[in-house]
Amino acid sequence: MKINGARMVIEAIRHEGVDVVFGYPGGAIMNVYDEIYKQNHFQHILTRHEQAAIHAADGYSRATGKVGVAIVTSGPGFTNAVTGLATAYMDSIPMVVISGQVPTSIIGTDGFQEIDAVGISRPCTKHNYLVQNIEELPRILKEAFYVARSGRPGPVHVDIPKDVTATMGDFDYEKEINMPTYKPTTKGNKRQIKKALEAIAQAKKPLIYVGGGAVLSNAFVDIREFAKKTNIPVVETLMARGVMGADNPLLMGMLGMHGEYSANMAMYETDLIISLGARFDDRVTGRLDQFAKSATIVHVDVDPASIGKIVVPHYPIVGDLKLVMEDLNEMVHDFEFNDYASWVSRLKEYQKEQPLRFVDSDEVIKPQWVVKRTGELLGYKAIVTTDVGQHQMWTAQFYPFDFARQFVTSGGLGTMGFGLPAAMGVARGKEDKVSINFTGDGSILMNIQELMTCVEYKLPVINIILNNNYLGMVRQWQTMFYDDRLAETDLSTQPDFVKLIEAFGGVGYRVSTKEQFDEALHKAVEAKKVAFIEVIVDRRENVLPMVPNGHALNEMHLLKD
Amino acid sequence: MNNFNHYYDSIETRRVISVIVINEDSVLSRIVGLFSARGYNIDSLTVAPIPDSEYSRITIVTVGSKRVIDQIVKQLNKLIPVLKVNEHSNVIEKDTVLIKIPIDQNLSDVAALAAAYRGSIQNVTEDAIVVSATDEPSRIMNFIKVIQKRFHPLEIVRSGVVAMER
Ligand SMILES: Cc1ncc(C[n+]2csc(CCOP(=O)(O)OP(=O)(O)O)c2C)c(N)n1
Repeated sequence: MKINGARMVIEAIRHEGVDVVFGYPGGAIMNVYDEIYKQNHFQHILTRHEQAAIHAADGYSRATGKVGVAIVTSGPGFTNAVTGLATAYMDSIPMVVISGQVPTSIIGTDGFQEIDAVGISRPCTKHNYLVQNIEELPRILKEAFYVARSGRPGPVHVDIPKDVTATMGDFDYEKEINMPTYKPTTKGNKRQIKKALEAIAQAKKPLIYVGGGAVLSNAFVDIREFAKKTNIPVVETLMARGVMGADNPLLMGMLGMHGEYSANMAMYETDLIISLGARFDDRVTGRLDQFAKSATIVHVDVDPASIGKIVVPHYPIVGDLKLVMEDLNEMVHDFEFNDYASWVSRLKEYQKEQPLRFVDSDEVIKPQWVVKRTGELLGYKAIVTTDVGQHQMWTAQFYPFDFARQFVTSGGLGTMGFGLPAAMGVARGKEDKVSINFTGDGSILMNIQELMTCVEYKLPVINIILNNNYLGMVRQWQTMFYDDRLAETDLSTQPDFVKLIEAFGGVGYRVSTKEQFDEALHKAVEAKKVAFIEVIVDRRENVLPMVPNGHALNEMHLLKD
Repeated sequence: MNNFNHYYDSIETRRVISVIVINEDSVLSRIVGLFSARGYNIDSLTVAPIPDSEYSRITIVTVGSKRVIDQIVKQLNKLIPVLKVNEHSNVIEKDTVLIKIPIDQNLSDVAALAAAYRGSIQNVTEDAIVVSATDEPSRIMNFIKVIQKRFHPLEIVRSGVVAMER
């Protein structure tokens, strides 16, 4: 039976078991929307901006581990989607984004709403396709989902001209994937794994350094097991928060620019780094020529290009982290490890000397207190998203993350405006959890229109706005490195956030005491509606500790009383 | 144990890399886009279909440290339409040049000179002659220098390098 191209898109989504897509219609994608209208295999959530549709699919994917799907129209619909694609690309999130394109007969004529979408998306997708005719559409759709979730995952973009979605053709989706040029390695090389274990067993101060790949490959149970068996301490990147679990005695905290003292010192003093799905980002390494100068490096990554890009490892292992960890956990019994007790206790000392802390106050709410308190009240019951800024770092530092996929944040690109739409995807994908979005008074305004989507689709996202009336993170840099010249970071002029969300149909609370906060959080959870809790916090609080740009990890600004 | 970063960064090398890609549209822009986006340098680039196959061969000459060359190879391998990337060390390289010289120059030596670079005169009109030569890239550079010095050429067109493992 022949079906049209638009119907093929629906069928592909159905075959992939996707139960929700996010999107926004327009002329070039109308055929697809007409088929969406006729089907009942999946829900379509109409966002109020294409960027938000991509972030929502992204948040859905990060929280559930499934492929996120978003649909947009050509021209401005697609260009609005680009920031979402770039955000997902930098954090390797599996996603398929389908865009409409002008009919093939018009391509290249600067037609109405024509833009070279695959040209624009090329640097911010894992792969992309411009569909030329109906015959290749089923194969491309199948490949798109496969490429998105295999190897190092990432967003894939499929651009489909309007006439192709109208043309009838055969739909044969069951076909095996046949991509002679794309064969990602999954199994790590056993000999290399053995050699790495030999080196690890001989090290005196080994350290496990976990990154976002641990989350993407669902390896967190295996990593906990390996750390426990070997008694090797662990540091997490921003993207790996939750992998070890907040109370794990081997966790030395988050490392990097705003990392914990113990974590950064561990990285500074270690003689052997076991990098698991981490990529030596500059926000993590600090000054590179001072980074792990004399450490042996074991680097496990599914992406061969990530290995040796920043630092050159002695033991490179290419493979899916989950599978490599299974091998490591099996082979670990054949080795006699050094006793790392004194190394672990030395790091514990650092943790005691310089714990992650803030100076609390009874006059004004400290933003860190809000994060900590939310964690005390909701803990693992919440999945937490953030926007970008100081509030993001405080969340990473002070929220008690207990499992992978509990923390959803834009790490690689650092996209303000990510939080609210991503939290919508979380709310839809994890209906049994509370969806909390920590945001700033700057960030929240970047996709504020999505409150409408939350109301329409009953997505009870609780936005905790840490209102400092500044673009806080930029203000902090201005304070520390630009003599306090606060160029364009003062946000004294702000809307009435409570009235604003009420106008959309949600609930809002403005709080300036701790008691009020507890009460508001309680009410917001009960309300099961999109909510704002606007917390008036200390305006001039800084994120500490901090490794200034271009400094080594041991050169941290610490909190002074 | 010291890591290899130092060695890795220091030595600049010229490398010939050949990339076998599926013959589909936009594949060349993916390759070139990768070089521009990551700040790698392209000295020369040639492309042509491989006979009786659905693949093309792209030959790229580039200069960089060992680390950069390694990254280029890895990043190329990551592109979905790329079948194979070869980083050559022992290759025969050939470059072709076409040079147009005004007819009023003293042309008596041109044929002999071209012959020394495995070339010959290709065409003669009332206004100009065209010589071509095909040889190793460095020798072609030499040939061009000599011609430029003596014959005030009107136009010089090079093909870029093609290469084959010995
Ligand atoms: C789209 C975008 N534009 C600009 C920036 C640069 N930037 C990083 S943090 C920040 C300030 C964020 O302010 P706010 O949301 O109020 O959070 P705070 O730092 O005060 O917690 C800015 C402007 C960015 N990350 N993303």
